[in-house]
Amino acid sequence: MPKPITSVNDFVVKFANVNGSGSASANTMFAKSILRMGVPVASRNIFPSNIQGLPTWYEVRISEAGHIGRRGGVDLMVAMNPQTWDKDIAEIEPGGYLFYDSTKPLPKSKFRDDISVVGMPLTEICNAEYTDPRQRQLFKNIIYIGALSALLDMDVAAIERLIGEQFKGKDKLIQPNVHALHLGRDYALKNLKCPLGITVRTATAVGNRIFIDGNSAAALGAVYGGATVAAWYPITPSSSLAEAFQRHCGRYRIDPDTKKARYAIIQAEDELASIGIVIGAGWNGARAFTSTSGPGISLMQEFLGLAYFAEIPAVLFDVQRGGPSTGMPTRTQQSDLISCAYASHGDTKHVLLFPEDPRECFEMGAQAFDLADRLQTPIFVMLDLDIGMNEWLCEPLAWDDSRKMDRGKVMNFADLEAGKDFGRYLDVDGDGVPYRTYPGTHPTRGAYFTRGTTKDRYAKYTEEGPAYVDNMKRLLKKFETAKKLVPAPVRRNAKQATRYGAIYFGSTTPAMREALEELEEHNIHLNTLRVRGFPFADEVLRFIAEHDKVFVVEQNRDAQLRALLINEGNIDPARLISVLHYDGTPITARFIISDIAHRLPSVAITPLRKAVP
Amino acid sequence: MTYLAKPKLHHPQLPANALGFTRRDYEGAVSTLCAGCGHDSISAAIIQACFELALPPHRIAKLSGIGCSSKTPTYFLGASHGFNSVHGRMPSVLTGANLANRDLLYFGVSGDGDSASIGLGQFAHSIRRGVNMVYIVENNGVYGLTKGQFSATADKGSKSKRGAVNADASIDMVAMALQLGASFVARSFSGDKEQLVPLIKAAITHNGAAFIDCISPCVAFNNHPGSTKSFDYVRAHNEAVNRLDFITGREEITAAYAPGTVETVVQHDGSVLRLRKLHADYDPHNKIAAMTYLQERDAAGEVVTGLLYVDAEPEDLHHHLHTVEKPLNTLEERELIPGAAALEKFNAALR
Repeated sequence: MPKPITSVNDFVVKFANVNGSGSASANTMFAKSILRMGVPVASRNIFPSNIQGLPTWYEVRISEAGHIGRRGGVDLMVAMNPQTWDKDIAEIEPGGYLFYDSTKPLPKSKFRDDISVVGMPLTEICNAEYTDPRQRQLFKNIIYIGALSALLDMDVAAIERLIGEQFKGKDKLIQPNVHALHLGRDYALKNLKCPLGITVRTATAVGNRIFIDGNSAAALGAVYGGATVAAWYPITPSSSLAEAFQRHCGRYRIDPDTKKARYAIIQAEDELASIGIVIGAGWNGARAFTSTSGPGISLMQEFLGLAYFAEIPAVLFDVQRGGPSTGMPTRTQQSDLISCAYASHGDTKHVLLFPEDPRECFEMGAQAFDLADRLQTPIFVMLDLDIGMNEWLCEPLAWDDSRKMDRGKVMNFADLEAGKDFGRYLDVDGDGVPYRTYPGTHPTRGAYFTRGTTKDRYAKYTEEGPAYVDNMKRLLKKFETAKKLVPAPVRRNAKQATRYGAIYFGSTTPAMREALEELEEHNIHLNTLRVRGFPFADEVLRFIAEHDKVFVVEQNRDAQLRALLINEGNIDPARLISVLHYDGTPITARFIISDIAHRLPSVAITPLRKAVP
Repeated sequence: MTYLAKPKLHHPQLPANALGFTRRDYEGAVSTLCAGCGHDSISAAIIQACFELALPPHRIAKLSGIGCSSKTPTYFLGASHGFNSVHGRMPSVLTGANLANRDLLYFGVSGDGDSASIGLGQFAHSIRRGVNMVYIVENNGVYGLTKGQFSATADKGSKSKRGAVNADASIDMVAMALQLGASFVARSFSGDKEQLVPLIKAAITHNGAAFIDCISPCVAFNNHPGSTKSFDYVRAHNEAVNRLDFITGREEITAAYAPGTVETVVQHDGSVLRLRKLHADYDPHNKIAAMTYLQERDAAGEVVTGLLYVDAEPEDLHHHLHTVEKPLNTLEERELIPGAAALEKFNAALR
């Protein structure tokens, strides 16, 4: 047997549970209690398209070094689901640990001889303590958390405090939970060899960072961005964004005097109606958004073309997933880039933003509304399931109170009254962005008829070819203007000069950061650029021009960012090398390292660990 | 006729309304529809209704989908705000516009292809949400702009211009609107201005989802023998259950009617709907009875018109959502943005 893994504050625990068994809150408590000990964690739910009965996993990476990407591999498996036993056991790293419910004896063949096995009769303990079946189920989860606190040498007081906070207001539940926690802990201390080779030690590596999911952060961004109208249709993994907006509005958007709502949320009949409502509201001067995922974007295509041509501000949060149909949709991907960038019929191009973590979901969530008004066009904030539905450790959200909403070019009553020339599609400032009016502004001026195409600069109906071309060229100019307004890319230079670069975006960031550190240790140096917006700023193209080869790391099959770079930047495809991860799990540093290393055969990198997807 | 610009000059003594506008001020561009199209009569009725109610044109938004009917907003209320959206999706765009600014008046102009086929879902959901609007379906039972295909409101057994017989059951928009909870439901006929204008005025002042199904014969593709949406057929089978007089609060009721033949409905804004009953036992406040009556008369081949249902105390979407009185598109930073201090508290709860 290999030597048992020993590690302080650097290992992966995975919980294998049955969906609907109440394990989620206990597992979250486990992750949070480690954060409270000052040790960074990254937690990820891997869940089925199901409410009850199917397997679900919760993976917690403990990393004092602050690596919050998915690592791959498991050091301690908490195997609570017989359905997935064999697969779960197989996933444990050699020398790793298995914690399981030993109430029912299992044949030796069900185990591996290269791991340490820790059995605890959880069901037996529960059944002796509780008679109510639901209590047996729920407290079993707390009992194993108690046992883990002993096995990993955790601060039990931190867990007790979390229980107190979680059941604040339902105080009579605190004591029974604390009791269950100690039931597990005491059993482990008395009967099991504590601690294991892997332990958690109090540190100061968390700082003032917060633990939040991207959907909630993006929804708060919409609140701070001044959104008043939201329309959505339930679809995983974006539903919790609309629900978070509802929750945040209930807290921040109720008129204190009248108790009335300063917002309107419609759960629409489908995604077509959702985007239609957003476009109607945007046309009429409210800030409006929808949240959806890939299939919703597909359904919205016709309307997105209308919004592009009629130049109506709209914000879409696309929480990307695998698709179509059911199943893969509860897994993560970055696979809607092309369907969003060129959404709709006719010649269209759209503005995309790529947040790397929940903090940027908040920032870009707010900024998207300024951009939508400034550019009078749909703005897509491209989250994915990994950022959207998992809690990430990130810098606290920040806001500058002096900031004002940028409502863009709007002619108000005074402008119209003063006799300013109003042409809805007239390029007054040379940036391709025309002036608009809100309906109802002036009794005799500023009214116009909104249509898709077939109009002149003064919004008069015309089917003349030159007028159409004139308008289309102006829209291109507007897209050029957008390049300077979208968030700039973030560059990181390698410690020494290199001919190789790497481009990545979104939720790939933490895995990429970790991969770069390790590659550097193996003397592989890459300059990197994190793309934050589409259309691409000139800097992105300059970055590619500076390097012989550029790896483009993304979580889809068709290398969609690479395709956009080639298409928009007129780049020689041979210079862009794809690193593609798209099995539905979040990309790992190990995968990136392995993939890049294999494409650089001249570099000696043999000691690299295997890539586990 | 579009090559002819509409002259702006008008007779100096054209009557003006309370705002000083003449009827001409509510007109739009010259229609490009076929000469004699029923839709143009509906546009004229909308113009008349808005003129008589002395509505400020710039406080009106007219939204439509795609099709002949959806082209008509260009031909009325030229000083108002128009939005020609995508096929069958006017209701969602109108819903969003209404959420953004509850103070404007919203006309949703649609056709039977737009609302009964591609947009059936959006029609249904905008009605059931109680969006405060005037939703007019200019119903001719045929796809005009694509040259004569049956629409979903074409009656079973009716004949197309080419002689094909429609085998599919028809969708009755009025029956659907009633079932879906519209608080104002009427059916009228583009050829009956006397009936249509007061109905539009009543729908405008109704504070909820007002639906008007207006039979509007297509002179090019659906005005032949065998059609049940032709001028001749509708005139022969039109059964009006009542005649509506729309009276603003200022006007005095002077005419005398026999007892039991007139009913008055006082609306929220003080305006009065005076219904002259043509069918003594028809009660426009009893939805269930109205639905039964309509089904019976429909089976007998009649086209029932008039104010079919009205709720004098309607509720609208803003009421359901409990939104502030101030239009959402006028709210400012201090009303919308919680600020840095609130955000710090939010952060603190996530550590």
